[in-house]
Amino acid sequence: MNRQIVKLFGLIVVLFAVLIGFTSYWAVFDANALKGKEANARPLLEQQQIRRGRILAADGTVLAKSVAKGHGSGRRYVRRYPQGSLYGHPIGYSFVRQGDSEFEKFHNDELVGSESEFGSILEQLSGRNQEGDDIVTNIDPAAQQVAMSSLQEQGFGAVVAIEPASGRVEVLASNPPYDPNRVPYELEKLNLNSFETPLLDRATQGLYPPGSTFKVVTAAAGLDSGLITPQTAFAAPSPLEVETQPLENDFNQSFPPIALDTALTNSVNTWFAQLGQKLGQGTLFEYMDRFGFNSTPAIDLPSDQVYKSGVYDEGELLGPGDPVDIARVAMGQERLAVTPLQMAEVAAAVANGGKLIKPQIWSRVIDPDGRVTKRLDPSEYSRPIDGQTAEELTTAMQGVVSEGTGANAAIPGVQVAGKTGTAETPGNESCGGGEAENQAWFIGFAPAQDPQVAIAATVECTERFGNDAAAPIFKAVAEQILENEGS
Amino acid sequence: MMSALRSPARNRELLALIPVALLLSAGFAAVFAQENARLGNLSLVYGAYFLAVCLATHVYLRMRLPDADPYLFPLVALLTAFGLVMVYRIDESLARDQANWFVLGLVLFALTIHFLRDYDVLERYRYTIAGAGLLLLLAPRLPGIGQQVNGAYLGVKLGPLAFQPAEFSKICLVVFLASYLREHREVLIVGARRVLGVTLPPLKHLGPLLVVWGASMLMLVFIRDLGSSLMFFAAFLALLYVATGRFSFVVIGMALFLLGAWFFASTVPHVHDRVEIWLNPYNEPAGNGYQILQSIFAQADGGLFGKGLGQALVDFPGTHRALLPAAQTDTIYSLIVNELGLFGACGVILTYLLVAARGFKIALLADDGFSKLLATGLTAVFAIQAFVIVGGVTRVIPLTGVTLPFVSYGGSSIVANFVLLALLLLISDRARREAAL
Repeated sequence: MNRQIVKLFGLIVVLFAVLIGFTSYWAVFDANALKGKEANARPLLEQQQIRRGRILAADGTVLAKSVAKGHGSGRRYVRRYPQGSLYGHPIGYSFVRQGDSEFEKFHNDELVGSESEFGSILEQLSGRNQEGDDIVTNIDPAAQQVAMSSLQEQGFGAVVAIEPASGRVEVLASNPPYDPNRVPYELEKLNLNSFETPLLDRATQGLYPPGSTFKVVTAAAGLDSGLITPQTAFAAPSPLEVETQPLENDFNQSFPPIALDTALTNSVNTWFAQLGQKLGQGTLFEYMDRFGFNSTPAIDLPSDQVYKSGVYDEGELLGPGDPVDIARVAMGQERLAVTPLQMAEVAAAVANGGKLIKPQIWSRVIDPDGRVTKRLDPSEYSRPIDGQTAEELTTAMQGVVSEGTGANAAIPGVQVAGKTGTAETPGNESCGGGEAENQAWFIGFAPAQDPQVAIAATVECTERFGNDAAAPIFKAVAEQILENEGS
Repeated sequence: MMSALRSPARNRELLALIPVALLLSAGFAAVFAQENARLGNLSLVYGAYFLAVCLATHVYLRMRLPDADPYLFPLVALLTAFGLVMVYRIDESLARDQANWFVLGLVLFALTIHFLRDYDVLERYRYTIAGAGLLLLLAPRLPGIGQQVNGAYLGVKLGPLAFQPAEFSKICLVVFLASYLREHREVLIVGARRVLGVTLPPLKHLGPLLVVWGASMLMLVFIRDLGSSLMFFAAFLALLYVATGRFSFVVIGMALFLLGAWFFASTVPHVHDRVEIWLNPYNEPAGNGYQILQSIFAQADGGLFGKGLGQALVDFPGTHRALLPAAQTDTIYSLIVNELGLFGACGVILTYLLVAARGFKIALLADDGFSKLLATGLTAVFAIQAFVIVGGVTRVIPLTGVTLPFVSYGGSSIVANFVLLALLLLISDRARREAAL
């Protein structure tokens, strides 16, 4: 009988091997598919049990935190946003059922805490649950507040403020706001609000015609490519026929031969149209690329929530080979659509001597024991123009504020460099009809010789111009930031 | 007594108990550290008690069965300790019950060794034992004392005492079959004839075997439990094969069982449901399919290394609503995978395999037919039970309510399996002593 007993044991071995095979399949090979099954509540339940790290403003103001509900093994955490709607953008939200967005989504791994095998063994022995790291941002709460209230005086729109030398994003405001605390109750309602679209972060997802603010890019390309110098002068008649359509300056004013400073100070359309034609599509598009156009800005937000700026045709970006009226692109018209974040980057690059630093909202990561585990190390995105070009451009942009179209941005005792923009958007459906169809802009930086902050401010669907609607916002935010830095 | 102290087998047993002690302490410490807010600080005292009881058992074995297999008891102690940690991790009060049953199991273990030293007497009472086994099986259907659990009739309640008689009747059945086959194996082999190319047992002796088949079919209908029915019949086929060496008998038996199971699966609603859930669990993810789906989701949650003892979700947080139903009994293996991962689960399976290996080793060493068949049958029924429940929660076969021996929460299971272990050690002691002479 011994032979049979050995065979029987062999059968048992095979049967147990089958058990291990099936267990491996469920526990390892098919695990991800099983975790995604709708009937599987575990991933959601486990996410609720982790205390997410806090998100703090630069001065330590708590922007997001997790509060415990229940106790013992039944404890779960819910996200709270103590500042309400002020930081709905760019912080976003994170809820188990509604999902997550913006900063909360991009920095999820740090906020949830790393789960290395080694770490979890230690945590098991010490009996501690997985805990997330805190993140301190660069957001300046006073400036964010000023930006939001200034915006709310002017209308829907956005403000982005960046420290040029470091890329630190100090303000990122979008009006209308939404209160992330309400997301669990009214996400659907917020999504359905197609007129106000409060969930749209206008600073990173608002694609607006840049108007004359784009002339800064054209001027940069002209100077940096060597096509013109600050002294190069040529006439700017009005109207000027471009691509069979007449192009006019403000008040249909014709100019004798003028150089860059006069052209920028008076925002002379036909001057820049001619400059654009001389540059050609290839060169202008190359400089756009250098400033970050046609790419997703390298900010720490989910890439699907940060839009590319450029010349759009039915939702597709056009390249240097596509048919484009380059003269009108050069003065900020045509089918150009840009985000406030992109225009803030243009201002920041000029302010920083031609070096564009990657804009970042986060500043440092702090683990539950209070140790700083990661610190923002500013890194260069590109070098669109050289230092001399930046200096020449700064001088011209100072004229805009001191004696030109951007007088409302002037700050007493501080040199300001900037550019206004007013894009007329006749028939813009999102403005809901009526006369208020301007897109008002101001981009700039201050102090001009030692820039501490670069800002882009825009107001949509307004009757007013860049100098009336956007420049005052720039001024208020810049003053607030400079005051903070000075103190 | 001197020989008992010098027993090399027992020294090895003592040595093998050391890693068990370490593992148990580590397990309790981990659960304690994780849940100290919820559990009293008695947990480490439990560990100490457990070890003391194991040591006492070891000393008893040293005196009564000095030559018995040295590894079986430590392996079983390991499984029990493991079960205690898991049950403790689910519910402290359940662990206290389990610890009491463990002690009760050891008492019956000692009594079995004491009174059945000469276990050959079992042969004399084989029909009585077979009758008792059948009675135990059918008891859950008797009016007044029977209990229905999840549609199957497995429980019996006699006043304050509730137990699952199937756990005990499996031992009775194995004893009977070992004895019967020991006597009739010769005629079953010699009298066999070939019909249409298939070797059939002689008709005269086919009767009792058909009775066993009938009994397991009856179980399917009467107690409606596919799991225990499968376990009993598989043990029977294993014994029949070992006794006769005729694989064709196994094939015929298997065909008969499948035929019967198929027939009843399509006529008995409870059995039918079990099979249907097994094949299509996603049809009713919140209804019938809930348990098997949650069992698999729990395993998916474990991965290679698991979440760690005390870290997995058993209930919905903050409630007593089960996320993983019957975690302390049916699905305890899924919880093990969840918390200790694939590696932990492999450890458990390997432990069962080692128990089986030692059991079959005893059968190989045993001298007489009855001892050989008894050891084979007991080992086979033990291993198959583990396969039926682990296979159930991993969707290898339909999920049924059989316990994971020594690990699952449940008094009948622990006590009955300690009696099974006592019989194996009795056989082993005699076999090894005779082999040494």
